[in-house]
Amino acid sequence: MNLLWLQSGGCGGCTLSWLGSEMGPLFSTLADEGLEILWHPSVSEATGSEAVRILEACAAGTRALDIFCVEGALLRGPRGTGRFHELAGTGVAAIEWARRLSARARHVVAVGSCAAFGGITSAGANPTDACGLQYDGAARGGLLGEDFRDSTGLPVINIAGCPTHPDWITETLIALARGELRTADLDEFGRPRFYADHLVHHGCSRNEFYEFKASAERPTDQGCLMENLGCKGTQAHADCNLRPWNGGGSCLTGGYPCIRCTEPGFEEPGHPFARTPKVAGIPIGLPADMPKAWFVALAALSKSATPARVRINATADHVVPGPQTRRDGPKR
Amino acid sequence: VSRIVVGPFNRVEGDLEVELEVADSVVSSARVRASLFRGFEQILQGKVPEDALVFAPRICGICSVSQSAAAAGALADAMGIVAPRNGRLAKQLMQGVENLADHLSHFYLFFMPDFARPAYSGRSWHGEVAARFRAIHGSAAAEFLPARAGLMRALGLLAGKWPHTQAFLPGGTSRPLQSSERIRLYRLLREFRGFLEAKLFGDALEAVAGIDCEDRLMAWAQGRSGDFCRFLAIAEDLGLQKLGRSWDRFISYGSYNAEDGGVRFAQGLWEQGSVVPLNVLGIQEDVHYAWYAEGSQPQAPSTATAPPMPDKEGAYTWCKAPRIHGKPAETGALARQLISGHPLASSLVAADGANVKSRVVGRLLEVARLLPALETWAEALRPGESFCEFGQMPEEATGLGLVEAARGSLGHWLTVRHGRIHNYQIVSPTTWNFSPRDTQDQPGPLERALVGTPVGPARDAADAPPVAVQHVVRSFDPCMVCTVH
Repeated sequence: MNLLWLQSGGCGGCTLSWLGSEMGPLFSTLADEGLEILWHPSVSEATGSEAVRILEACAAGTRALDIFCVEGALLRGPRGTGRFHELAGTGVAAIEWARRLSARARHVVAVGSCAAFGGITSAGANPTDACGLQYDGAARGGLLGEDFRDSTGLPVINIAGCPTHPDWITETLIALARGELRTADLDEFGRPRFYADHLVHHGCSRNEFYEFKASAERPTDQGCLMENLGCKGTQAHADCNLRPWNGGGSCLTGGYPCIRCTEPGFEEPGHPFARTPKVAGIPIGLPADMPKAWFVALAALSKSATPARVRINATADHVVPGPQTRRDGPKR
Repeated sequence: VSRIVVGPFNRVEGDLEVELEVADSVVSSARVRASLFRGFEQILQGKVPEDALVFAPRICGICSVSQSAAAAGALADAMGIVAPRNGRLAKQLMQGVENLADHLSHFYLFFMPDFARPAYSGRSWHGEVAARFRAIHGSAAAEFLPARAGLMRALGLLAGKWPHTQAFLPGGTSRPLQSSERIRLYRLLREFRGFLEAKLFGDALEAVAGIDCEDRLMAWAQGRSGDFCRFLAIAEDLGLQKLGRSWDRFISYGSYNAEDGGVRFAQGLWEQGSVVPLNVLGIQEDVHYAWYAEGSQPQAPSTATAPPMPDKEGAYTWCKAPRIHGKPAETGALARQLISGHPLASSLVAADGANVKSRVVGRLLEVARLLPALETWAEALRPGESFCEFGQMPEEATGLGLVEAARGSLGHWLTVRHGRIHNYQIVSPTTWNFSPRDTQDQPGPLERALVGTPVGPARDAADAPPVAVQHVVRSFDPCMVCTVH
């Protein structure tokens, strides 16, 4: 299968993240799975008129297009003209190219939360009237409309994330190339369930602090980031702590909160990102599928049961007391 | 006079169009268009200042850490706090790692593939170079990408992830490294040194950093294997030192701290052969040819507000035109090495100014100087001591964050009123380099550099973009998403 990639209202960070793939040399991996890059703005040789010819042939249908990837939000402004981004060398708005190419492609993939939902580019007063390919925030619609389906019946596949994990892209593309990705493999927001059926909370290295609600008070503290520092790992759909980043990291190991970057609307949380909004001292935005009363009751209980070690370490920037060693364990 | 439009000008970061007027087979005039507007300066208005730490990195996927560093710098300035030693070192390490990765992504993925083009098939070096550097399929990318991914593990450690970390805080970093992690970090850097010495330079980094003039550089490269030497041979054959000369006026905000050993890149303005102190108050943004509402005068970034104006008559780009004391300036690795007084950079600029060759050499010289410094800083971390100082943001404040990104000088100007962001202005490296004309009709550095570039005969096809033009444009390593933000 071939692959055409366009960038519009975004930072290019999903491509840069992808280039950091640790699955093996990226280009060889793709070639080995039968994926040919027809054109990508960051890595292809073709430039200017050479590139425009490829785009035109795909848009006209004279060249078959298998996978059309869009990175970056779709900018509808000003006043619906799309002129905040006219694709260089073409005088045609990027949203128009996205429409034409989506209509021809066998599959359409939104790479990153900007292309999926609007993302960071749609924050604040959304000066460029940015949206996603098939969503405008959490609302279905976006540039292509709620009813858009590719020729195989799939909606736009949303590899949401800001940025996306390199493997989320590679594995989605490989699944498409093998014909293994079906509508049932996508969640409510069109995200591949292989990563979106997990929560960032799963596998978080701070889990013991979470269990006892032993909370960090400052970003360098080792404790749980949920109570005070805005962490939304219990609500965010992604496997960031099961499939670490850059050899072993994640936002949480980096000392900063999960900001739900795979979710529509994450860019406007309604509070400062790194501060947990609270009502009467209790954080709002508790785990999505847990009854609030139970959460509060369990939190109170576990707080009172917190071992001194966990309590002390929660507000320290390195391990102070280590776990107890046992000298009376069973011998083999 | 004929007209050539090149776009989408790819293998740069972001979307770029270049319009050329051609007379007698050379470029007689150029206009550079940044074609994408996103509006970060508008988006940030009204937010709490610390939220800039979430938005700023997302200005750019390739200089993400530099944007974070500038934002954290502006906040720290407004709060009046200074990072402790560990925090400062950790920030320098993150910036340095991103800088290295960016320089080499440029060299291996963006710049060198142009020499693999069929237009050069008659050159003696073409076969080997095409096999090594051809876009996507060349052997170099297959070796470089895993090496780069290995280097980025240093940011997994220091920053949680890359791009778009929030580990940068005004008073340091959120990720205190423990003793064994410091060892791991050092090992990752040594591993990457192995790649550089074996594949890129074919020599020890210290030997490369010690080369002090152009003649010695060319002599050193003779008969040596390594990708840098391959480039130098091509540069010699094609005369790349005569291609892409611009204003030869350079700016650097300076980078790294003298106390920490390693390297320190000085701040300054270089013109007519000497470095003068930089007065930041001399920086203004001119929007005469950019799609923004215009005041009567170019504005200082500290007070500038320029709402977008897509229908503005006569404008041709979303890029503003930063000027220092009313004149354009070039920024980047060559400017940094020159202003820091490195003899090789001085020798190259004395001979032929900034050009396709010297810009690339400046970048790789910086790679050779920077990695040993990163090793020094990693060893200097003191696990167990503080990585961050905390403070309070005043209700009313101003802050300035100046850093050197891979591509050059990056500044964030912040004004806080009633505890919220009142104004946030970002002036990025490529905004300097790819700026349009200004009120005085002075072309920006790339516009100037393109004048005189031959448009033939090296072309892949009759309507293909001239290869020499591509070398000149990419020699700046532009980042268009930063440029307009």
